[in-house]
Amino acid sequence: MHTLSVAALSKSLKNKEFSSVELTQHYLDRINRSDLNAFITVTDELALSQARAADAKLANGSGSVLTGIPFAHKDIFCTKGVKTSAGSKILDPFISPYDATLSHKLNTENMVMLGKTNMDEFAMGSSNENSFYGPVKNPWNKKMVPGGSSGGSAAAVAGRLSPFATGTDTGGSIRQPSSLCGITGIKPTYGRVSRYGMIAYASSLDQAGPMTQTAEDAALVLNAIAGFDEKDSTSALRDVPDYTKSLRDSIKGLKIGIPKEFFSDGLDSGVEKVIMESMKEFEAMGAELQEISLPNSAYAIPTYYIVAPCECSSNLSRLDGVRYGYRCKDPKDLNDLYLRSRSEGFGDEVKRRIMIGTYALSAGYYDAYYLKAQKVRQLISEDFKKAFQNVDIIMGPVSPTTAFELGAIKDPVSMYLADIYTLSANLAGLPGMSIPAGFSNNLPVGLQMIGNYWSEEVLLNAAHQFQTQTDWHSVLPENI
Amino acid sequence: MSLNKEQVKEIAQLAKLSINDSEIEQSTIELNNILSLMAELGEIETDHVEPMAHPLEMSQRLREDVVSETDLSEEFQAIAPKTGKHHFLVPTVIE
Repeated sequence: MHTLSVAALSKSLKNKEFSSVELTQHYLDRINRSDLNAFITVTDELALSQARAADAKLANGSGSVLTGIPFAHKDIFCTKGVKTSAGSKILDPFISPYDATLSHKLNTENMVMLGKTNMDEFAMGSSNENSFYGPVKNPWNKKMVPGGSSGGSAAAVAGRLSPFATGTDTGGSIRQPSSLCGITGIKPTYGRVSRYGMIAYASSLDQAGPMTQTAEDAALVLNAIAGFDEKDSTSALRDVPDYTKSLRDSIKGLKIGIPKEFFSDGLDSGVEKVIMESMKEFEAMGAELQEISLPNSAYAIPTYYIVAPCECSSNLSRLDGVRYGYRCKDPKDLNDLYLRSRSEGFGDEVKRRIMIGTYALSAGYYDAYYLKAQKVRQLISEDFKKAFQNVDIIMGPVSPTTAFELGAIKDPVSMYLADIYTLSANLAGLPGMSIPAGFSNNLPVGLQMIGNYWSEEVLLNAAHQFQTQTDWHSVLPENI
Repeated sequence: MSLNKEQVKEIAQLAKLSINDSEIEQSTIELNNILSLMAELGEIETDHVEPMAHPLEMSQRLREDVVSETDLSEEFQAIAPKTGKHHFLVPTVIE
């Protein structure tokens, strides 16, 4: 049953082919046998009690389409009474006293949380190697990274340790691990899903979304989590469509823009081949391809690596060892408490970004860095506005390469450069998606789709249509 | 623009991070590498560009001035490293 999609599981639960308790136990057994290190916390007892409650709902016919479906929850979402670490030592002792809005919404559907997934510390990383809890292995090849920062979520879904998982995407953290692990992931428009209780990294970029096996599953989950939230001042006051309604629409005449800048030098030829083949597939389905230009897209890297560290240096100042989380032993005074709690609690990459942000925001440097980056952010955003006057959707690679070896990239700047294709959607606030499009050297390749604001339906429709014509999304790693 | 070790120590101090002598060399190199990456933005003419602080064209919402939060002080203090008499405790600041 672990190879079934959310949509298929939902039908099976409704038809009483198995119970949610049986399904949950099956996944818990798989998680306990797994060596992927995809989970930080496995919530066995909670999961089984949630499954029993779901079975009761299903028995009296009051369940929703998601009732009784197990999921893996990125450890960045606060979960009441359950450790919420954000992959960091500094939050290792943190048992959240409240639920994130997203956690609450999944609870009200009577879904079953299997556990909290591993991630790069505070979502800072592209390989999941920055976790206090150790790296996650890619189910396609355990010597490889799963991508990051939602690496645990991606590995859990690809390894079929969970039917789907939650993720967050600040600069590619849903799309890139989805690509590297061969699953489907969508980062909605900024403001579509509430950020309340989602531990903040860079508040003007962060957005949550589902990581699933199929586009149909992503639509089902997005239906449950999208929408305005009074508790998040950046959530958008807009109606949420039923994302499953438009999945089956024809994509004949869909105008696809292919940015020439996404096919520049650093792109691996195996990845490029897969992307070009998937373009042909879309053409065969009646879509129209056209080359476009996003002239400032190369500047997304320096822009992002100013904006995000600036925001994180401010956001993470709350972690001071006073009110929650890790406190150093025997602080001699208040300054020592701050210094040692933070220095012992944060990992290297987090410290690096805090330092960069602190410097860029310090007196005399604000205009040169943060203000400059905000201006270039505007230019990057305008490039997209121009492009969307002529096309409905933009497509290209998610990542310049397939999954790389654990430990292979040691230099921080080289790691940043690998985010080239994903950062600009976050800077502009646009929705983006990764879907399985093929393989290069036996590793999955994801196709990225970027849509106009609030056009998640267009992305999900195109993705679903692609998945009716191809079966890349149902190819499994060995021994699953 | 490149940072020396002393400046890196100052930034660490501002960020309330301690950095020891064995780490300072490597940190300085890494931070300078990142700053060189950022320097690429200098190539772009942005004099007449409006800075973009937020991806959506929206303004801060206002709401009625009514109490919406419940008192969770006990729950919040229960997870604190050290508390006493309903306060969060830290080492003595003023003798």
